[in-house]
Amino acid sequence: MYDFAYHKPASVADAVKLLSADPDARPISGGQTLLPALKHRLNKPSAIIDLSGIAELRGIRREGDKLVIGALTKHVEVADSAEVKSAIPALAQLAGTIGDTQVRNRGTMGGSVSNNDPAADYPAAVLALDATIVTDKRRIAADEFFLGMFTTALEPGELLVAIEFPIPEKAGYAKMKNPASRYVMAGAFVAKTKSGVRVAINGAGPCVFRQTEMEQALTANWSPDAVASIKQPADDLNSDIHGSAEYRAHLVTVMAKRAVAAAG
Amino acid sequence: MPQVTLTVNGKTSTVEVEGRTLLVELLREKLRLTGTHVGCDTSQCGACVVHVNGDSVKSCTMLALQAEGAEVTTIEGLAKPDGTLHPMQEAFREYHALQCGFCTPGMVMSAIDLVQKHPQGLSEKEIREGLEGNLCRCTGYHNIVKAIAAAQEVMHGRRSELASAAE
Repeated sequence: MYDFAYHKPASVADAVKLLSADPDARPISGGQTLLPALKHRLNKPSAIIDLSGIAELRGIRREGDKLVIGALTKHVEVADSAEVKSAIPALAQLAGTIGDTQVRNRGTMGGSVSNNDPAADYPAAVLALDATIVTDKRRIAADEFFLGMFTTALEPGELLVAIEFPIPEKAGYAKMKNPASRYVMAGAFVAKTKSGVRVAINGAGPCVFRQTEMEQALTANWSPDAVASIKQPADDLNSDIHGSAEYRAHLVTVMAKRAVAAAG
Repeated sequence: MPQVTLTVNGKTSTVEVEGRTLLVELLREKLRLTGTHVGCDTSQCGACVVHVNGDSVKSCTMLALQAEGAEVTTIEGLAKPDGTLHPMQEAFREYHALQCGFCTPGMVMSAIDLVQKHPQGLSEKEIREGLEGNLCRCTGYHNIVKAIAAAQEVMHGRRSELASAAE
């Protein structure tokens, strides 16, 4: 790992100031993705801005018909939260399957969503639940947020502060894990929301995406059978040593069926 | 050079580190607590697991500076000063839950966190799932699972002594 300066600001304003002043500075929350990347020297930040001292980035609260989760909320906190379990049980269940216990004790929702790893779990929930990403500057709809592999609508120096999840009528998540790395080979998050049925697919392509054909089928008939015959085109899916694009395409349908079954 | 102040196994130290110094490097190289191992260095194997403020974490995937003010427990902090082993260590010995021993410190630290967070008790399946973040390449896990199942009975006070492996 290359060395870097280390700062631990106490407020979002101070963190943004540090990030804006230095284009090569990077924020760190749990560090479960950033630190492995730094060890591989994939990245050479001049400074690491540790967000862990910023109290306003923490916490889970219910605000009317939505759940607001602070960026620094750890996976274990989401998985164990009584508030999340009662409002969006599928989200708590998803958080409890990220990485392993030790990763869940450090990794955060804001870090995972900002990073937008194609194989990450949270982006599927954010997109399917039609969540809103709140930054220090603005509010971004999930549909406008995930732009491509490891790419989001966040601008340099912009900090993800919280995510607002409208509480759905029903939601379910299923994924196929790579048996060695446990990363998602293909996953599906399905939700019946106020803005309609939404299906988000992660792991299979370079970026999380909505499966509109499945959304239409589930709007007409909310049941696993409704998606069973829908074939995901393999054209733009990932193909690597872990699985071909055709295999992942097949998994998309299987995971969507399981997700609908899990949602009930 | 930045400094970090933390309490390891009950002893508070202030140590000079680089920004990039990992918690496991601080433990092993600065404090000479070499019971915590580095296996994969890619957050997968769990040989480096320690407790930070009561939660198991992979100390190869945490900066030393992120542990400012933290209470850290390593494998060296488990046994009593008179040498009496922690029930989990005793169970690993009794059930022969190790062969080469490389993964053992991390296994024991993860197992203690797992048992402490599940006072209602863990089934064999839950123990296996709870060890997802720890790799062992020689025991085949069976005796590790048996040791944790036996240790939880003592840790939760359901038995005063460890059931012997011969029972």
